[in-house]
This record gives sequence, C-alpha cells and structure tokens, in this order.
Amino acid sequence: MTKPRTTGLKPWISLSGIGVFAVLLLAVAPLVLTDHWLNNLGKYCCWAIAAVGIGLAWGRGGMLVMGQGVFFALGAYSMAMHLTLETAGDRIPGFMVLYDPLAPLPMFWEPFRSAGFTLLAIVLLPVVVAGALGYALFKRRVKGAYFAILTQALAVALAVLISSTIRETGGDTGLSDFKYFFGFVLNDPANRQMVYLIAAALLIVCLLAVWQFYRSRFGELLVATRDAEERVRFLGYDPANIKLVAFIVSALMASIGGALFVPIVGIITPAEIGAAASIFMIAGVALGGRASLFGPALGAMAVGWGQSSLGSTWPDGWTYVLGLLFIVVILFLPNGLSSLPARLAAARRKPDVPPTPAIAAAELEEARS
Amino acid sequence: MSSTSKRMRALVATGAIGTTMALVLAGCGARAGDDTAGAGSSAAASCVDTSGDTVKLGFLNSLTGGMAISEKTVSNVLHMATDEINADGGILGKKIEYVQEDGATDWPTFAEKTEKLLTQDCVAAIFGGWTSSSRKAVKPVVEKFNGLFFYPVQYEGLESSPNIYYTGATTNQQIIPAMDFLAAKGVKTLFLAGSDYVFPRTANAIIKLYAANLGIKIVGEEYVPLDKDDWTSQVAKIAAAKPDFIFNTINGSSNVGFIKAYYDAGLTPAKTPIISVSIAEEEAPAMGHEVTGHYASWNYFQSLKTDTNPEFIKNWKAYPNSSGVTSDPMEAAYISLYLYKALVEAAGSFDVNAVNAAAKSKTITFDAPEGKVTLDGENHHISKPGHIGRINADNQFDIVWASDKFIEPDPYLEGYDWFPADIRKQLTDAAG
Repeated sequence: MTKPRTTGLKPWISLSGIGVFAVLLLAVAPLVLTDHWLNNLGKYCCWAIAAVGIGLAWGRGGMLVMGQGVFFALGAYSMAMHLTLETAGDRIPGFMVLYDPLAPLPMFWEPFRSAGFTLLAIVLLPVVVAGALGYALFKRRVKGAYFAILTQALAVALAVLISSTIRETGGDTGLSDFKYFFGFVLNDPANRQMVYLIAAALLIVCLLAVWQFYRSRFGELLVATRDAEERVRFLGYDPANIKLVAFIVSALMASIGGALFVPIVGIITPAEIGAAASIFMIAGVALGGRASLFGPALGAMAVGWGQSSLGSTWPDGWTYVLGLLFIVVILFLPNGLSSLPARLAAARRKPDVPPTPAIAAAELEEARS
Repeated sequence: MSSTSKRMRALVATGAIGTTMALVLAGCGARAGDDTAGAGSSAAASCVDTSGDTVKLGFLNSLTGGMAISEKTVSNVLHMATDEINADGGILGKKIEYVQEDGATDWPTFAEKTEKLLTQDCVAAIFGGWTSSSRKAVKPVVEKFNGLFFYPVQYEGLESSPNIYYTGATTNQQIIPAMDFLAAKGVKTLFLAGSDYVFPRTANAIIKLYAANLGIKIVGEEYVPLDKDDWTSQVAKIAAAKPDFIFNTINGSSNVGFIKAYYDAGLTPAKTPIISVSIAEEEAPAMGHEVTGHYASWNYFQSLKTDTNPEFIKNWKAYPNSSGVTSDPMEAAYISLYLYKALVEAAGSFDVNAVNAAAKSKTITFDAPEGKVTLDGENHHISKPGHIGRINADNQFDIVWASDKFIEPDPYLEGYDWFPADIRKQLTDAAG
C-alpha cells in the first residue's frame, strides 16, 4: 500500500532515533560526563521516564494527568523504605527514634524489608491504585478539567499526608541517608554508575514500549478516543477501557521513575511529589511536545538540566525563563518544540493550513503504519 | 513490511537493552560487607586545590523559596565576613573566593548542590543551611565525600558528624535555658506550639522530658505544617487550656499567622506570654502585629553589651543589602567563617582531616559578637552564653535573663540525668 507523505516520522526513523539515544545515554554519557553530571543525568532520566508516561496518557490519550506525583511517590517511597531498612539493619530507623524512641516499627514498613516485595510493590502498587482510580473515573466519564483537578488534588493530599506523619514517613524532612542499594554500597562510584545505567536503560525500555504502543491498534484507538470519544463509543469500543490502560501504564512509568530517583538523588521528600512537582513534570512534557515520541522525555530532561545549571547561575531568574518559555510554546507551538520541524515543513508547503490537524493526522498515520 | 518482522525488531531491541543491563550489573562495585568500601570511607580523593593564592569556599543558602527571607541574610553576612577576612589577608595568606549556590528551600536541591560544590567546584568547605531538614539532606553527602559543612542555626541537637561544625545553639544552650527561665518565673502550665517538622518535634520531646523533671505541666501540644499559616483552631485550644506560658517552636512565616490568631483569640502577653526560639530582631517587625512583651531565647541579641558587638552592628548596617538589624542566626554564620579560619590556621592546612585533628588537639576560640566562644573539638559545637530577651517597643530585645557562664555544648544531653540513657543509646546507635 502506498502511503501519502506525512509530517510524522517513519517508524524505522523513530526506532533508529531510540537507538542513537540509547548509545548516547548508555555508552557516550558515562565516558564524557563527570560523576556529578552523570548522577544529575540519572535524575533527569527518572523524570523523563515519568514524562514518557505522561506523554502517553496526556499527549496521546488526552487525559491531563496533573497528579503523577502520586505514582512517583508510590515507587519512590517503596524504594526509600526498603533502602532505609537495609541501612538500619535490625534497628529502628534513626529518624523514628527521634520522635518517639520507644514505639515499634510501623506495621506497613515491615514487608519492605524484603527486596522482592519492594520490587513487586513498585510495579503493582501504581497498577492497583491507578486501576481502581481510573476505573472509577473513566466509567463515570469524568474527563477534562475535572479529571485534571482530581488527580492534582490527590497529589496535594498525599504530600500533606506524608508531611503530617513525620514518624511514619519522615514528614517534610523526607527519607535520606541510604547506605546500601540491594546489597551494593551506594557510595561506591562504580555502583552509582550502575544505578545510573539502570535508569538510562529503563528510559530506553519505556521509549520502546510507547514506540510499540503508538504503532499498535491500541495506539490508534487511544488517539481516536482523545479526538472523538463518542465516535469510538459508537463504533463499539469502550473508551473507558482504552483510557484505563494508558493511565495504568503512565502510572507504572511514574512509579519506576520515582523508585530510581531515590538511590540516584539520595533523598525523597513530599516536595518532590506534591502539586508543584507534578506540574513540573507536565511542564517538560508540554515544552518537548506531549504527543511526540521523544518530546516528553527530552523536554523533561531539558527542564531538569535547566533547573540544575541555570538555577545555579541565575537562581532568581530561572523560574521566569521557564515560565516565559512555557507561555511562548503554548501560544506559538501548542504541540511543543518537537513539532517545530513539522510546522516549518507544513508552513513551507501550505502556509494557510493550521498545523494541529496535520500533527494529528501524522500520529494516526504513524499508528496505522 | 510485515508486522511479524516489526515485532521481531522490537524484541531484538528489548533484548539488547536487557543484555546491556546484565553487563552493567556484572561490572559494578563494592557490595555490602566489603572491607575496602565500608559506608562513608569510600570517598574519592579530594579535588581541592589550594596551591594558588586563593581558597575556594562554597556558600549554600536558599535564595529562592519559602526560607529565602531568612537565608538571604545568612548568605549576605557570609559575604561580609569574606570581605573582612580578605581585607585582613585571607586564610593562611590566601584570599577567599566563594561559590554561591541556591538551595531553593528544597532538600534534594541542598544534597545536589553540596555534591556539586564538593566535586565540581572543589571547595574546601561549605557554609549555610537553615532548616534541620536541609542539614539532614547535606549530612550524608559531606560524609560521603569527606567534606566540611558549617551550619549556623540553633537546632534540636542529638546529632554529630565528623564533617559538620555547628555554630548555632544545641538544645542545652537554648531550649534548656528557656525552661530554666520559665521554672524560675514560677510557670506551672505550658502549651507547646510548633511547625510540623524535625526541629519542633524533637525539641518538644526534650521539653516534655525536662518539664516533667521541673514539675511544669504540659497542657497541650499542637503542630501546623511549615508552609501553612492558619492557626485559628489550634489557638482556640490554647485559649481554652489557659496555660501560664506558650512555648513557640514555629519557624518562618507561619509565625505571622500564629500571632494573628493569638491576638484574635483575645490572648495577651500580660496573661499568656509566648517564649519563642525562632523569632529574632529580623522577624519581630515582620509579625504584622505588636509583639511587645513576648520573650525569646537566643545566645546573641543585638542589644548585648560585649566588646565586639558594636563594631559588628556598625559594619552590618553599612554593608550593602543588609537588613539593618543583627540577629542570632546571622551572627552564628558570621562566627562560622571566622571559626573555619581559626581552625585552618591552627592546622596549618585546608585538609579536612588536618582541620579535624587540630579541632581535637588545640583550643580554638573566636572573639564573637556574643562573646569569646570556644570550639569543642569532640562534638564540633561551640560554647555559648544563654540569654532570654523580652521584646520592647522598638522590636529590640531587653535582656531579662543570662546564664552565669558560657554553656558548654552537650548535643546528646549526657550531662542531664532526666534524659533517659536508653533513648540516648538508641539515638547514637541509629546515628551509626
């Protein structure tokens, strides 16, 4: 079948792109970056993993997930509890002793002693929570701003809950001072590089997963649901199920990002999972291009990098730069920076055609191919 | 192209990633229990270079976010101390060159910037932090890279680290003097109000233990998160409990909401005075309400009459961007840079281990605005005078109580037998 030339990338180009990205992250970065910047890059990878999920749910599925911090927290706190217990050994973690010296370890901490349970929790907790939440919301056809506000409120609620349970969760101070990572000494530079490589590799795996999703029948249905939910329903599909799958996958990715954030950054606090953090994750996705394959990941990494480097040289101005960039992108490039080449190409061919349908057509085309 | 071959390609790609991960895991470093890389001792060789005629120091303060209002002052007084020391010939003849970083009131950022200062900028020591949470984020990082961190704010004690020097008060230099003052005043009932984080929670745990020993009854205890300003319902409980005194461990702008709710509830300093440990000269005018008649426990007040204080106040008032008033935390930050200078010059070296050895073997002192402070080389805290001040109409403090001598730092409260030994042991064990 002959295909019309569209502005979307051909699948094999996207796949080669992932390949190049993998080589850069897994082979080039460890050779050229210092330990400090490699560690920072690992942190950006964690945000990028969550961002890839947001791209799937929001960019392709049209669900504005404003509370991915909740799922980021499930992974992060599962991991942090395990690492805290691994560091404490047989004793009760130091911060708990500080607030109530004689009380025992809270019940819900106990299973996180087991490495297997922890890994299982990182995967299953977000699936169960997102599954139950998504089922309840999508079956009731909650969407748009209501869905966004609800997810955002959950992130706020969870951050407040963690802040106010200082003895159980470390409160506002968070959990930190991890010495071991599944038996490996975290201070060893070789091990820190290993943790980075795991994060980078998982980012590539997530990109491959969504690459496959976008090309599949499911990807086609997801875009169709986003653009014309009622029509999809009339065709005999249940849009709730389609959205549910995308929401669960995005929650899982946020959880994985959160879990790796902990050994890389060495601390997790409610500030990293609350409203501001959840919006921060969205900002990168919007800047990069929410519906594209690479846009969310690259956008999240760019924003993370900006925070580290521009925030250092220009602490007062950096947030204004980010805000300004955000406004400019929303006004002039609603599909993010990654849509810039396509827009330029479209503008060259037919200056009158608005770019948005072209992008949607390209996505459908990509999904169909 | 057929869909089968596409699936295959995806599988191959996934397989390649899996193989890479396996290789990664195979080529990794020390495992738990290895002698060569015990936690904390595997620090990479220091990259600090002091061969030139300057020494690089790092200042890590929140210049943005909720704590910026307090921490910008600390940052500024560190700059002032730098200018003074440089004008005086520097440290060991080397001029200070500083790298200022923003902690952004975000604890993971404090950890990240500490690592950057130590491994990228190669600074010889870091000065800053304010909240205990920020210190607890910095601690594992300075320990990992065997760096030095000077922390300038009063805190909850029960901590020690070979890589941290504490120039603010520990509990026995601020909380315990405040309790002694209350007991001497004949206070029988006390209400505890604090922000919900590590310092107030721990301080109140200690206050409760000591109050039981002094025969003071705690009639209530309320916490509000650090970033929340609404104290209405908590203050209603205080008004109902009618305590003789309120012990205030609220930090930051939340105090404004607390003071507002206090006066709205009809409470007055004449009947229900407040003693605070976080309201100083800087904060008092910002309360948006008359706070005359309330008390604060600090080591330094602007109103202190010492030999060095007048010049300190004069220099600070003349310094660009200064707030015009001096206060305890900024004075402690000022001490920290001079203490570092004294330590390095006693050691004859910027090397961390040499500095720590000098702290142990020599008597390090500094003529601070609060008086002549002496470093305890074992626990890395300094001796301090205890003072209670009462806020006057000019938002300055009239000193109403002073300890009879400088109080030696005792972060684990080993000299206080009302502090249970088993708790101390658990804490020191947990600190590892």
